[in-house]
Amino acid sequence: MIYLEQFSYLLASVLFIIALKMLGSAKTARKGMQYAMFAMALAIVITLIISGIVGPIQIIIGMVVGGLIGGVVAKRIEMTSMPQMVALFNGFGGIASTLVAYSEYLRYSGAETMDVRVTVILSLFIGTVTLTGSLIAYAKLQGVMPGRPIVLPLHQLLNLLLVVGVVIFGIMNVMEPSVQMWAILIIATAAIFGITFVIPIGGADMPVVIALLNSYSGLAASATGFVLSNNVLIIAGALVGASGLILTQLMCDAMNRSLFNVLFGAVGTDDSTGDAGTGGGEQKTVTRYTAEDVAMIMDTVQSVIIVPGYGLAVAQAQHVLHEMGELLTAKGIDVKYAIHPVAGRMPGHMNVLLAEANVPYDVLYEMDDINDDFQNTDVALIIGANDVVNPSARTKKDSPLYGMPILNVDYARTVMFVKRSMGAGFAGEANPLFFDDKTMMVFGDAKAVITGLVKALKEE
Amino acid sequence: MESLIVSIYVFTLAVFIGFELITKVPPLLHTPLMSGSNAISGITVVGALLAANADNWGLSSILGIFAIAFAMINVIGGFMVTDRMLSMFKKDKKAEKGA
Repeated sequence: MIYLEQFSYLLASVLFIIALKMLGSAKTARKGMQYAMFAMALAIVITLIISGIVGPIQIIIGMVVGGLIGGVVAKRIEMTSMPQMVALFNGFGGIASTLVAYSEYLRYSGAETMDVRVTVILSLFIGTVTLTGSLIAYAKLQGVMPGRPIVLPLHQLLNLLLVVGVVIFGIMNVMEPSVQMWAILIIATAAIFGITFVIPIGGADMPVVIALLNSYSGLAASATGFVLSNNVLIIAGALVGASGLILTQLMCDAMNRSLFNVLFGAVGTDDSTGDAGTGGGEQKTVTRYTAEDVAMIMDTVQSVIIVPGYGLAVAQAQHVLHEMGELLTAKGIDVKYAIHPVAGRMPGHMNVLLAEANVPYDVLYEMDDINDDFQNTDVALIIGANDVVNPSARTKKDSPLYGMPILNVDYARTVMFVKRSMGAGFAGEANPLFFDDKTMMVFGDAKAVITGLVKALKEE
Repeated sequence: MESLIVSIYVFTLAVFIGFELITKVPPLLHTPLMSGSNAISGITVVGALLAANADNWGLSSILGIFAIAFAMINVIGGFMVTDRMLSMFKKDKKAEKGA
């Protein structure tokens, strides 16, 4: 029977790996996730059967309640709220690991090896940090608490003390496993550390944080696997851990920031936004245009690259944008979408928002694939984005954006901004492109402007 | 000690496979990748099931039950929302006709 169990877990592990491989292409991704679902079902069913635990009604209730909650959330969640959902789910992964590890700890008979004791502590720590850190990330993304960085006096020293505390309580727990206080102190300290770890990180950096916590939730699952010597947990957790880590790195690269700077830099304070905003040359004038002006120009062009930013999603303008894209295509204009890696509030977020609005994925281009096309493009139409197209990132050495890879919209023949106001982006850096002669500024809510544009295009 | 070494082997190799595979996932699919990861990290449910069954309804197994519920939220919620998202990704031709 042990063979049946182990081979089932092995099969599940292989299927998880194949599923991730199939996520390499949009064509195979859905099928791949179905393999992963099968793998999960297999692992659960075999655990139930082999351990002879189909019986206890409480287990079934636990599964059904959790499954129902998950199902309802998955059905109801708005695509704009995906970052919050992923943040919350990261946290659930964390608490599950903590609970399993504590449950294991409570069953200590006194004969545990050192390995088990140490891995239990590791599991308690990672799981709890993931839980409270994710809850803070969720609260910031959901707007329950302010998105700005919250820095306590001596913040880094406090973090250091908390980590030292965990190590000390961990050693005590290994030496005196029968004293429950040590285990509880580990959890409490880890819980505080999770909070102090995430509160100094600004709202604009949340994509990095949820990717990192995604990684932790995987590591938490792996740690549980270490406790139970269960390979499918270790493998699945390691895959998720690696995934989160890569996404974290990609997000940092896209912002030209080090992970260290994101985690400890407390970037995005109210002060810095104010300073940079006034230093950006407000004296210059911009030319204001209307949706009708834009529609008239569109009659004379052959190629348009649309650059959507989070402002588009806030205004819920994805659907009407797709309608506009269709109208332009019908006029024989070549329409493409340029997606910056940090467009949206989590990795790949903008792609999902546009896919939801029926924009086909083969007109969505990554930054590196489209950046050379701008110079041969008539119009770059930027909707609700700012920092990711700010040329200061190339030239202005003292800019907080300096060095960040941007979309080369300024190489297009005409640049159009649809924006609510002249306000600077998250980085607080004014955009010199607003004042360029070839730039047309259209002020207003993205949805209202594009709706007007669609109307004007239809009338012609 | 031996089982710990085996675990470290398995973990290390799996991390390397993870790195190889995930670097090939296009940015287009990074959000589904993250929600799918949520679902996969719900594998903790296996550990939770073992924990829940381990003793005769003491605190230990009650914690296990809660762990089962939390992990199942991830499993079901993660897979369902990922599938919902992936079903929205369409190629050009079909979408054109629909509009």
